[in-house]
Amino acid sequence: MNAGTRAGGYDFVVVGGGVVGSSIAFGLAERGRRVAVLDEGDRAQRAARTNFGLVWVQSKGDGMPAYMRWTRRSADLWPAFAQRLESLTGVGIEYRKAGGLVYCLGPVEFDARREKVEQLRAQADIYGTEMIERAALERLVPGARFGPDVVGASHCPNDGHCNPLLLLKALHAALAIHGAHYLPDAPARNIVHREGRFVVDTPRGSIEAGRLVLAAGHGTPALADAIDLPAPMKAERGQILVTERCRPILPIPGSGIRQTQDGTFLIGSSKEKTGFDDSTTVAVGGRMAARAIRILPELGGIRLTRTWGGIRVLTPDNHPVYAESARCPGAFVAICHSGITLAAVHAADLAEAISGGALGPTLEAFHARRFHVPKAA
Amino acid sequence: MFRKPPEAPDAVLVEVEGRPVRVPPGASAAAAALIAGLASTRTSPVTGEPRAPYCMMGVCFECLLVIDDEPSQQGCMVTVRPGMRIRRQEGAREL
Ligand SMILES: Cc1cc2nc3c(=O)[nH]c(=O)nc-3n(C[C@H](O)[C@H](O)[C@H](O)COP(=O)(O)OP(=O)(O)OC[C@H]3O[C@@H](n4cnc5c(N)ncnc54)[C@H](O)[C@@H]3O)c2cc1C
Ligand code: FES
Repeated sequence: MNAGTRAGGYDFVVVGGGVVGSSIAFGLAERGRRVAVLDEGDRAQRAARTNFGLVWVQSKGDGMPAYMRWTRRSADLWPAFAQRLESLTGVGIEYRKAGGLVYCLGPVEFDARREKVEQLRAQADIYGTEMIERAALERLVPGARFGPDVVGASHCPNDGHCNPLLLLKALHAALAIHGAHYLPDAPARNIVHREGRFVVDTPRGSIEAGRLVLAAGHGTPALADAIDLPAPMKAERGQILVTERCRPILPIPGSGIRQTQDGTFLIGSSKEKTGFDDSTTVAVGGRMAARAIRILPELGGIRLTRTWGGIRVLTPDNHPVYAESARCPGAFVAICHSGITLAAVHAADLAEAISGGALGPTLEAFHARRFHVPKAA
Repeated sequence: MFRKPPEAPDAVLVEVEGRPVRVPPGASAAAAALIAGLASTRTSPVTGEPRAPYCMMGVCFECLLVIDDEPSQQGCMVTVRPGMRIRRQEGAREL
């Protein structure tokens, strides 16, 4: 096979070098597994490069307590994960466990948010989000001058944020340090399960491994059937606005506004059913900007420098799918939104389970067979 | 690094860091800062390093200046007007 790949073959081939595939591959490589990661080229559509960078717990897991616990577990693992990545690679990923805010404009929004928070709290004992009134919010973020409509917020101390581009860079650097092979411009075209091994055909030749992880974002469904993996998916567009850099005033990220370490404000993210069209529109950007200005009126006086659109990687219920193939044991699939939030637990518990050869009872709840259960009338 | 163009009869009088400077009509504010002899026109909000105009065509954002009290303007994209006040942009702007 081609130069650049391992003569003795691989223990694992991971298909997809976005944040999900790279986090799992990093965890496998840390456990001494010989790993190849196949990825597309620079022009590929990647949620890993278009997301908002939140490590976000407070809105996750409605209707699925297992997912709430899984997300929280990841948030708990994040500080050590970030430190491990940074000291291994020297790439700072700007992670801060700063807590997180969902701003409420007017009493109606505040009451609705309170209801939602109570609903989530009732589903799992680990849920740690509180509603705070405006005065408490002002004490929490003394540098920010909130608009008159801001009556309060929900606040979760377990939330945080990072620079997702640097996270991906650090993961790729960590893979190289652990001897894993990241192969860009090598999209999987076809996967064959033969005599207990997986052979993946790419334009750069074929790659063989004992086991396989399919984590190709929206490239997953095209490959899943051949190895009997489920891939129920939907697309959703999110647009993000980027401002010029300003003096830091907002250390706590919010669901719709965060200030990066460099001083840039990111404003986002819309939720649009526009298929795989990742373009931006003035109408949606304008609505997001108008809301951001109601929260922080001073944002009205600064310039936008760019905008982008990205396509979320979603399952029908927005919760992750992890599954092993019944017909081709050793083939796993991982499909999820919130790949930044879940990066730490993917590199730890998920990689541990996959490395050990079975997803086990904790991950049972995430199988796609949950979509086939007929709903009671 | 740059040679000053010969002064045109219709030169525009602007103010760079408080000092009067005559620049050719149609020059950009970034060019005016360079004509005034500023070696650096801003400091990076990320590293604090001194920076100066680079691409002169609106791409790199190295030329940020405070122009008529408006912070973080792309100096290479703004044409001088008589009496324009041009100052260095120190770090990130205030909100
Ligand atoms: C607007 C927006 C905001 C978001 N905000 C957040 C946030 O604040 N916090 C958070 O946690 N998450 C956020 N997300 C979600 C997060 O970005 C995704 O969950 C995550 O990127 C999914 O990772 P992935 O690796 O599955 O997919 P991707 O990042 O899309 O990566 C898939 C990779 O697979 C490759 N690929 C595709 N087909 C093939 C093939 N045949 N062979 C080989 N490789 C292939 C692609 O090139 C790509 O590199 C956001 C997403 C969007 C769009
Ligand atoms: S000098 Fe590059 S944008 Fe002005």
